[in-house]
Amino acid sequence: MTEPAAVPKNPKPKVAFYWCASCGGCEETVLDLDERVLDVVVAVNIVFWPVALDFKRHHVEALPDGSVLAAFVNGAVRTTEQEEMAHLLRKKAKVLVALGSCAQLGGIPGLANLSSREGILQSSYCESPSTVNPEKVFPQTLYKENGQSVSLPGLFETVRSLDQVVDVDYYLPGCPPTPKLLWDAVHVLLGSELPPKGTVLAPDRALCEECPRKDTRPEKLTLKEFKRPQDVLIDEETCMLAQGVVCLGPATRSGCEALCPQGNMPCTGCFGPTSRVRDYGAKALSAISSIIDSNDPEEIEKIVQTVPDPVGTFYRYSLPSSLLRRRKLAPAAKL
Amino acid sequence: MDARNGDRRIGVYVCHCGTNIAATVDVKAVAEYAAALPGVVVSREYKYMCSDPGQELIRQDIVEQKLNRVVVAACSPLLHEETFRGAVAKGGLNPFCFQMVNIREHDSWVHQDRQRATEKAIALVRAAIRRVALHKPLEKKRVSIHPDVLIVGGGIAGIHAALTLANAGKHVYLVEREPTIGGNMAKFDKTFPTLDCAACILTPKMTAVKKHPNITLWTLSEVTHVEGYVGNFEVAVTRKPRYINEELCVGCLECIEACVYKQAKVPDEFNLGLGKRRPIYISFPQAVPQIPVIDPETCIDFKSGRCKKTCIEACGDRHAVDLKQQPKQETIKVGAIILATGYQTFDARKVPDYGYGVYPNVYTAPEVERLINASGPTGGEVIMRDGRKPQSIGIIHCVGSRDENTNRWCSRVCCMYSLKLAHLLKERTGAEVYNFYIDMRAAGKAYEEFYHKLLEEGVHMIRSRVAEVTDWAMTPEEEGKLVMRAEDTLISFVRRVPVDMVVLSVGLVPHEDAQDVRRLFNISCSSEGWFLERHPKLAPVNTFTDGIFIAGACQAPKDIPDAVGQAGSAAAEAMVLIDTGYVEMEPNTAYILEEECSGCKTCIPLCPYSAITFLSDKKVAQINEVLCKGCGTCVAACPSGSIKQNLFEDEEILEEIQGVLANA
Amino acid sequence: MPEKELESPRAVQNGFEPKIVAFFCNWCTYLAADLAGTSRIKYAPNIRVIRTMCSGRVDPQFVLEAFARGADGVLIGGCHPGDCHYQEGNYKTLRRVRMLRRVLGEMGIEDERFRLEWISASEAERLKVAVNDMVEKVRALGPLRLEIKAEHFPEEVAA
Repeated sequence: MTEPAAVPKNPKPKVAFYWCASCGGCEETVLDLDERVLDVVVAVNIVFWPVALDFKRHHVEALPDGSVLAAFVNGAVRTTEQEEMAHLLRKKAKVLVALGSCAQLGGIPGLANLSSREGILQSSYCESPSTVNPEKVFPQTLYKENGQSVSLPGLFETVRSLDQVVDVDYYLPGCPPTPKLLWDAVHVLLGSELPPKGTVLAPDRALCEECPRKDTRPEKLTLKEFKRPQDVLIDEETCMLAQGVVCLGPATRSGCEALCPQGNMPCTGCFGPTSRVRDYGAKALSAISSIIDSNDPEEIEKIVQTVPDPVGTFYRYSLPSSLLRRRKLAPAAKL
Repeated sequence: MDARNGDRRIGVYVCHCGTNIAATVDVKAVAEYAAALPGVVVSREYKYMCSDPGQELIRQDIVEQKLNRVVVAACSPLLHEETFRGAVAKGGLNPFCFQMVNIREHDSWVHQDRQRATEKAIALVRAAIRRVALHKPLEKKRVSIHPDVLIVGGGIAGIHAALTLANAGKHVYLVEREPTIGGNMAKFDKTFPTLDCAACILTPKMTAVKKHPNITLWTLSEVTHVEGYVGNFEVAVTRKPRYINEELCVGCLECIEACVYKQAKVPDEFNLGLGKRRPIYISFPQAVPQIPVIDPETCIDFKSGRCKKTCIEACGDRHAVDLKQQPKQETIKVGAIILATGYQTFDARKVPDYGYGVYPNVYTAPEVERLINASGPTGGEVIMRDGRKPQSIGIIHCVGSRDENTNRWCSRVCCMYSLKLAHLLKERTGAEVYNFYIDMRAAGKAYEEFYHKLLEEGVHMIRSRVAEVTDWAMTPEEEGKLVMRAEDTLISFVRRVPVDMVVLSVGLVPHEDAQDVRRLFNISCSSEGWFLERHPKLAPVNTFTDGIFIAGACQAPKDIPDAVGQAGSAAAEAMVLIDTGYVEMEPNTAYILEEECSGCKTCIPLCPYSAITFLSDKKVAQINEVLCKGCGTCVAACPSGSIKQNLFEDEEILEEIQGVLANA
Repeated sequence: MPEKELESPRAVQNGFEPKIVAFFCNWCTYLAADLAGTSRIKYAPNIRVIRTMCSGRVDPQFVLEAFARGADGVLIGGCHPGDCHYQEGNYKTLRRVRMLRRVLGEMGIEDERFRLEWISASEAERLKVAVNDMVEKVRALGPLRLEIKAEHFPEEVAA
């Protein structure tokens, strides 16, 4: 692998990392650079990285605007604190990179958009089987007692992707982005020729292109039913779709070297759409439905039902960035 | 949005269409609204945009105002899109930098509230302006035309079209599924209003077809598969075996005489079951080709394998009888197809009140044609099923026509043929003839005069709709007779008219398999089941499928003069195609950019024209521009957005959607 | 005899006029709409027709875009099964519609707001009935009122 670009004599470029509504997997990706992470550390000055370093918010606030070369933000935005931090880092950074599916598309947390704040709080704090909360205590943004007050960030009704909150310069797709992708991105960003703003730093073709199973998909594949991965002993060399398993490789951007198919699991779409597609789930479902092998309405309905959770399947990572964004709220609820 | 329209100079033209649009849509307001939209440099309203001055407006503005996109809001694009594209081209602008808005058929003609109609027009125009800004210049591609023509159906319309085209030097395949050409007209005795003998005027044309060097006549044949597109159709025809070798037979018909069946026993299709034939037969004496047919269902040799085969004996050293003959599959390439498959008559059993099939002496008009015909089952004598000759005859008009319970349409020919039959029956039998009619439709040339003549002959005309035909006698005079109960509306009196014979003037209906046929050729049918013409007034012989024309009764009930007229018209249309030599295809094909395709193969099974192939070397999909018909199904299915469609790009349609909903 | 513009008892009540975006295929439904025009058959003015060559061109993205941009209902009109001018495009539409409908349902968009109609070129009357019926059903459901309208997306992101 190549060395990062020569560093300027003057202070090393500053970079920042932050995590919003995140699982921490994107942070792992940085660590998965293994020994290369030392090269990164040598080349840049990390000024903020809550998971690893002890910088506080006020340190960031103290930095001059635009003085951070690149801020890598992963996770979706669903609390007031995350929204504030997104704005703050946007102000302080020259280049803001949405790192991972959650930041780019809304990610798995985005599926909360099928519910409401009320619904989520109820299920988490009251209704879930392992919860014991007889007094129905709910988290509040402000709690006062004995002249002391403590606060919590507010929870938004709707989960948003990073670019629905602030202007984003680049996207690194993936859940998480592969270390290779991250390494290539850092390399690009520290270099002299920056790609056009808004670029997704991964190839602009679908995954089938780099999937080792590509040649085994028959030219004319149509299906009479869809199978879930746990229902089939998946052959390790044959195209998933050819085995009836819903694989979203055809709809998903490549760049991950087809890690999931290599692990004998179908692609679930974490790299999101190509640049030519506006709504990932719509195109994914169009492609999958079009190859249903039936012209009879009743039979089609039966086959369609073999995908038990269409939103979860087609919009697993991309619901907030989709055209509809969220389930319609009941009239009384507000944003 | 504004930035995208940056270098666009859009001209908008809102048509009044006289008062057709302007009476309901405030065209001035629409033009004013459009004028204020980004990118619009000219916005006019005009009385008749499709007129020469209207088109000149466009041309002039393109030149003087340097327009690079044009929108016309007027009638349906199916009517005038070509007209305005032509006007745009005259101005020097690519004709596809144009979008038409339908504010007549889809707006002013279907809504009444002026405000809502105007709002709708504004929304549609706004959408078109946004869409057209994204249009790219495109070129129509030319495809060459195969010079041969296929005509399906050998009735009078098919025959006339075939002769016309053949005389013009075109090679014609005439495919007919019966053993002989001639169609329904061959079964008539005389034709109205001239009372010409049908066979006399038809058979010369039939013979001309047989002899014409440019016509390949295939009878007992059916089209089984059609592929391709205008100018380049590939048609599969199955030629069923007649068990007589057409090349060797000389038409002496001795095999028929020699058949072991000394008496004809099989119900004769040509005589509508009224007569009998042998298993080896010829439909009627002047059949073309003059070659017998063997019916494998009734021929003893086919059924049991044991027959003296006297037919083969009689044929002698010509050896034309070939009991082992197999169906033959032919595949032909043609540039144009004319469908002239005709009609069948209404099944009178569907009106049980008239007793057809119950009372032996109730006949349909086609059956009566065969009775009167000299080569019919009774040699031209009007002898009923019970052996008697009728002394009184009732003819019921509109059986299966103009009827909510059966068919709503008027079959157009029945009044005239009912009068004709009235005349012929009276002449032949001297019987009292009663015509029970609702209206007398005698609209053609010399038709009214014919009707008048009938009146002078003493045929009784009773204006009524017959309620029932019954053999239940109420008076001694009615014994043994069929009583026709009807309200005579001219005297407001319910009458019982006892007759010996009842003739049902059955209406014309589409063939039973019309739906199968039209699917085969990829054309549409109207809701009644007749083949659908492109425009009822201005394009009665064209269909919506380029290269396929219709003529004769298959399009709608009509008489022989009109069928012949349409046949000539269809032949002319086909000739236009062939003589032009090429056809221009609408550039709305789909295309794949190699660098965008991932080779996922989702699209490959979706194309019914097999226009998409997978390149095994580059591992991407590719679309054959000539085979692509522009449906866009693959475009919608491509999961990575790598297939695009000219003229219907995603961006263009998305802009249209945003445009109709803006300010929502 | 010209027919009276359809007026629903509820329509005037709260003045809600549903906006329906319709995708009509060029060969069947668009022609039927033209025929309704030449026959002067009157129907509700709430639909805005977008023409495609085949109903098979209708990308589910279009349906979602329409809802996101403010449509209260989306109607797709195509040829009857077996009659598609391009042989089978309408069958692909049917397959996609069935799957998309489930997604729309989970997103809280009621069934009646998304409709697939097979209307042949001569069925102007059927078109009128379908349009009027859909308008009334959507009117009864009320405006869709998605929380975040697509047209407001650019405003969300503060500079």
